Amino acid sequence: MKFRVERDALADAVAWTAKSLPSRPSVPVLAGVMLRVADGSLHVSGFDYEVSSQVTVEVQGDADGAALVSGRLLAEITKALPAKPVDIAAVGAHLELVCGSARFTLPTMPVEDYPSLPEMPASAGRIDAAAFATAVQQVAIAAGRDETLPMMTGVRIELNGSTLAMLATDRYRLAMREMEWHPDNPDVSLNALVPARTLADTAKTMGPLGGVVTMALAQGGTGEGMIGFAGGTRRTTSRLLDGANYPPVRSLFPATHNSQAQVSVSALVEVVRRVALVAERTTPVLLSFSADGLVVEAGGTEEARASEAMEATFTGEPLTVGFNPQYLIDGLQNLNAPHAVLSFVDAFKPAVITPADADGEIIPGYRYLIMPIRVTR
Amino acid sequence: MPRGGDPRFGADADDTDCPILHVDMDAFFASVEVRRRPELRGRPVVVGGVGPRGVVSSASYEARAYGVRSAMPTMRARALCPGAVFLPPDFAQYSAASRAVMQIFRDVTPLVEPLSLDEAFLDVAGARRLLGRPARIARMIRQRIFEEQRLTCSVGVGPSKFVAKLGSSRAKPDGLLVVPADRVLEFLHPLPVGALWGVGERAAEKLHRLGLSTVGDVAAAPIGMLRGALGEAAAAHLHELSRGRDPRRVNPEQAEKSIGAEVTFDDDVVDPVALRRAMLSLAQKVGARLRAAGHAGRTVSIKVRLADFRTVNRSRTVDGATDVAREIFETSWALFTALQPGARAPGGATEPIRLVGVRVEGLAPAGTLPRQLALGAPEHGWREAEAAADAAAARFGRSVVRPASLLGGDDLRRTENRPRPGVDPLSDPRTPS
Repeated sequence: MKFRVERDALADAVAWTAKSLPSRPSVPVLAGVMLRVADGSLHVSGFDYEVSSQVTVEVQGDADGAALVSGRLLAEITKALPAKPVDIAAVGAHLELVCGSARFTLPTMPVEDYPSLPEMPASAGRIDAAAFATAVQQVAIAAGRDETLPMMTGVRIELNGSTLAMLATDRYRLAMREMEWHPDNPDVSLNALVPARTLADTAKTMGPLGGVVTMALAQGGTGEGMIGFAGGTRRTTSRLLDGANYPPVRSLFPATHNSQAQVSVSALVEVVRRVALVAERTTPVLLSFSADGLVVEAGGTEEARASEAMEATFTGEPLTVGFNPQYLIDGLQNLNAPHAVLSFVDAFKPAVITPADADGEIIPGYRYLIMPIRVTR
Repeated sequence: MPRGGDPRFGADADDTDCPILHVDMDAFFASVEVRRRPELRGRPVVVGGVGPRGVVSSASYEARAYGVRSAMPTMRARALCPGAVFLPPDFAQYSAASRAVMQIFRDVTPLVEPLSLDEAFLDVAGARRLLGRPARIARMIRQRIFEEQRLTCSVGVGPSKFVAKLGSSRAKPDGLLVVPADRVLEFLHPLPVGALWGVGERAAEKLHRLGLSTVGDVAAAPIGMLRGALGEAAAAHLHELSRGRDPRRVNPEQAEKSIGAEVTFDDDVVDPVALRRAMLSLAQKVGARLRAAGHAGRTVSIKVRLADFRTVNRSRTVDGATDVAREIFETSWALFTALQPGARAPGGATEPIRLVGVRVEGLAPAGTLPRQLALGAPEHGWREAEAAADAAAARFGRSVVRPASLLGGDDLRRTENRPRPGVDPLSDPRTPS
């Protein structure tokens, strides 16, 4: 194997594949990235039996072939290289890398010991990459991080014709995004539970590339239990979580509300951040809504206290409700809108936060449900 | 070694500047059992786990004469004193007696620091004008406990907690010992180093290697020598104590830091179903005790001891403080299955396990705690169900309401945990009922 490649293209490709490599691999070869050259293209890939990732880079190839080297080391080296063409060649059991006057010799691992990457499942449809990246970020924030509740660590993707819905919940908040997409088959009806972290990483890397993302999801047959995403020169596959018993979380959204507030997102985020400085890890911020506006408070009688008043439009009986400040900020920051509408049943039922435009009109498509903290005063 | 009979430290020694009392009940659990069953008076009585792996909690002085000590395996106690009456502990009885005794202390002074069910420190400096000198108060307390509770105790009177506690241990049983403030060193220095608070077997051994066998030796030793053997903090601490200096005050706010329960199985267990039941039972106990004390805690920890005595602790801090047995159990079980993956598979097996324990730490008063509500959880959930079970238990006893999986046997240590009504305590306890 022998080729010449642009420094930036190589560094990007290696950095992305190396990121998903396990830090403590079950077998040593899994700590490697595979470099494979054929027909003027370099494929850089990594795999940990759960997630595979692969980037294709145009290269000037002198000899086809493959080499497996430590992903972490190669990522660090390529990041530090000067902006000059990079020459890479496999020489015996080593990889020679020359860039300008810098020269590296890296040990390689046996290519034949490396597991073959899973096949990409059949394509299910396409979606705008940037819109997809935003939507995933809006939903993944509500996924749980507790590995003992694996179902909560996933984002549920529901494909119904031209509607793509994504949902995630950690039992204390629930985010749901619905959007249009382009299914290959207009009658498609599929569900999948994707590890939230993998999905968020994938969307984040494909969004800035622009263009469209192809979502690949098999219904039985090859690729069962897998999901794939391809965008630009990158593709990734991930094993799905078992979502057979995913609870019917849509029904958690209250059908009606008794009161509703409209606030500026940036103002509320700022106030909550400030007031929450005195809140301990598990104590809530209290939001008191009335016709006069909104007062945000935190802290107990014995500890430090803070309060701040701000403008808000409110309809309904005056209401005081407690929230985990971080959950509240997470929801507000992902609205991607100037205003937020908060809908309440009462202080102990889930509240719904929705984005609104400058006129206070609700923008459909995204809803963030947040469960209050019950406070005895 | 100064004993109760030594006139320098007797009941009538000078108690000026000796405001600290340490009251220690004599063979408390055993004495409560004897009080309940007068026919046991004068016989060796041993309270503790009566299963094959039980441990002695308390032994009457008659049993101690045979060499029986607390924390000794019950098997060994049986070998030493086959004629003793062995009884499973009845903590409800001991708690009630303890509460009554502590109330007597609080009648004397608000500065009461309970150390356990059967001992406490009292600072009586403020009670002097009302009730008299410390030794007189000590006599009055001993008399009231005997008259009202028909139990005996030993009291140490001294200028500091450490000295008062040593005093009570030298006064046992049923005695009173005053260590005059100006005779503290005279009292301390002949004692073996093990008498110093904080010196266990290991530290004592290190000190012996340095040629220090009495408290006096430690006091005379250069602190640098102690530092080399024991480290900075321990050296400074022992040096102070050996010179009779103990600045600790009597702190009535000794809030409990954690509440836990554990069980040692009669035989090592590998069956996940049995282990699950045992942990559920422990979580129920811990939850009930938390609610009774009005506490909730944020950190749930488990302890697992394997057959080879390797012991592992694991803990997780949960989102909101809990006093709900169901939540305590779920976190405990998740921690346990992470540790013993064999418990997850149906029909699987764990490593042989000797002991499991469940504990809740980071306690705070439950009433004022904010509770993060969970989506989709019923408004009246486990918390309310368990509160209802508490109410039923308060009227009819703990056994009337419990999880269905615990019906028909609390755990694998039946013999120890459930004193069965109707069993004659005088019958040979070696035959399990």
